[in-house]
Amino acid sequence: MSHSQRTKVTNIIIFIALAIGAIAMIAPLLWMLSTSVKEKQDVFALPPVWIPEVFQFSKYKEIWEAGPLLSGIKNSVIVAVSVTVVGTFTSSVAAFAFAKLRFPHKNKLFLLLIASMMIPYPTVMIPQFMMFSKLGWVDTLLPLIVPGLFGNVVMIFFLRQYLLSVPDAIIEAAKIDGSSYFRLYSSITFPLIKPAVAAQLILWFMGIWNDYLAPIIYLNSPETQTLQLVIANFNATYAIQTDYPLIMAASIVALLPVLIIFLIFQKQIIESVAISGVKG
Amino acid sequence: MITKSNLYRKEKIYGYLFILPPILGLLIFTLFPFVYSLYGSFTDWDGLGQMNFIGLDNFKDLFTDELFYKSMYNTLFLMLGIPIGLLLALLLALGLNRKIPGTTTFRVIYYIPVISSLAAVSIMWNWAYNGDYGLVNQFLELFGIKGPNWLMDKDTVKPALILMTVWKGLGYTMLLYLAALQSVSRSYYEAAELDGASGFQMFRNITWPMVKPVTFFLVVTNIIGGSQIFTEMNIMTPTGGPEYSSASIVFYIWDKAFKNLQMGYASAMAMILGIFIFIVTLIQFKMNEKSSFDGD
Repeated sequence: MSHSQRTKVTNIIIFIALAIGAIAMIAPLLWMLSTSVKEKQDVFALPPVWIPEVFQFSKYKEIWEAGPLLSGIKNSVIVAVSVTVVGTFTSSVAAFAFAKLRFPHKNKLFLLLIASMMIPYPTVMIPQFMMFSKLGWVDTLLPLIVPGLFGNVVMIFFLRQYLLSVPDAIIEAAKIDGSSYFRLYSSITFPLIKPAVAAQLILWFMGIWNDYLAPIIYLNSPETQTLQLVIANFNATYAIQTDYPLIMAASIVALLPVLIIFLIFQKQIIESVAISGVKG
Repeated sequence: MITKSNLYRKEKIYGYLFILPPILGLLIFTLFPFVYSLYGSFTDWDGLGQMNFIGLDNFKDLFTDELFYKSMYNTLFLMLGIPIGLLLALLLALGLNRKIPGTTTFRVIYYIPVISSLAAVSIMWNWAYNGDYGLVNQFLELFGIKGPNWLMDKDTVKPALILMTVWKGLGYTMLLYLAALQSVSRSYYEAAELDGASGFQMFRNITWPMVKPVTFFLVVTNIIGGSQIFTEMNIMTPTGGPEYSSASIVFYIWDKAFKNLQMGYASAMAMILGIFIFIVTLIQFKMNEKSSFDGD
């Protein structure tokens, strides 16, 4: 076999291996989707039925009555949107100051911020809980929202790196012209870093949307729970009745928003993750 | 007239103003709670009454607490998934780095579990591991194997969780490897090929050293992430699994703090977790310093 023929054969083998792997990766999720439209008896059928004879969409109607799914979505949207919008603003302004303004102890303060990433959430969650409980904020969305409004260290770090590559000359020129510092940020640097901000915002949004530990600590009443808690409770309640189609339908609803965002922005998300990871 | 010193003074004020929110956030939501947690770990804090200083008693008790050892052991055991995931992801990335059709589609498919909510996929795997009609055992049945009731058996619950975490994280690891591979210049391989190097030699002498920083980054971040595993066990084995064999350290902290109201005791465990993560991060910093002195 010639060299190019050999490469071709290898590529075909690799393609098949990758395809099998891809099927294995997606199969559990497809199983979830398929279960959600099954009749109850098909769920337990052996051998497994992947494509049911009759598609039962009734569970997708039932879930809205079976638990506080709608309020779960609403709560998750409130938390994720308020945190990411305000937090992105505070983060990007801070990143601008760290990258482009001159003031004493700037690098020390930045280092302090970065060093704080070493302190994991589980080590501060107990005092944080007591603090919010003293304020009477337990069982409200505030403990999930308020800390995020002050910004996100990962985002500040990432945007600062990005801003360092923006030439100082543009900013110096605007400074001499007497432009205000906020205008420097809003009309000069922000438009330049918009793609990076967007990618970071989406990643952060997904993180909050999917968060489980903080919500389970703070939220007790069904009407304050976020979507992830609501579906976890669906699982606890309806697994006893073996109503798996119902559980799976609710889980699909919890997955869908993030999945749609991902499919629309997959190029930017994948690039952003790859860059931040490789740079370490 | 705008003088230079005037300009600088203004810049200073705005600089501080702009970084004020994250610095305040750091003080209020991280540093203050951290110090409080440190203090709390030396007290009999129950979250309601007053905190009595009891010295090292909490830490002493931990040494004889069987469940503490168990949850530590479980957490470390689950990290066996890290090398498995790295190896699989590197193989995938090597495949995807070739000129074959559909690479973008593959990337997207492998990445979908990463962005999926952990709660939802935990629910799904919970069902897939069902002993009687779960997907995993139905698949095994094709080969005539009668699978166990995965999450109910203390010997299989951890492997089951490892499989799930590998599945969940594979796309992320693969993506970082792929990005690293794509930054390796083709000319190295071409030169090696002219010298008659075999595929394995090229991998060992070019690819592996080039992806080493990414491997290191992934090992460290995976250990840090793995030491905080919680959601999976909370949903799949809400009581900590058979004989507490799937409870992680964060699960135990959460259980002690918010279910038994032993805040002081839980804080002591949180401190140990914090020290562990601190050491891992410190190693990373040291290694990064070293590699930048190596001149690559």
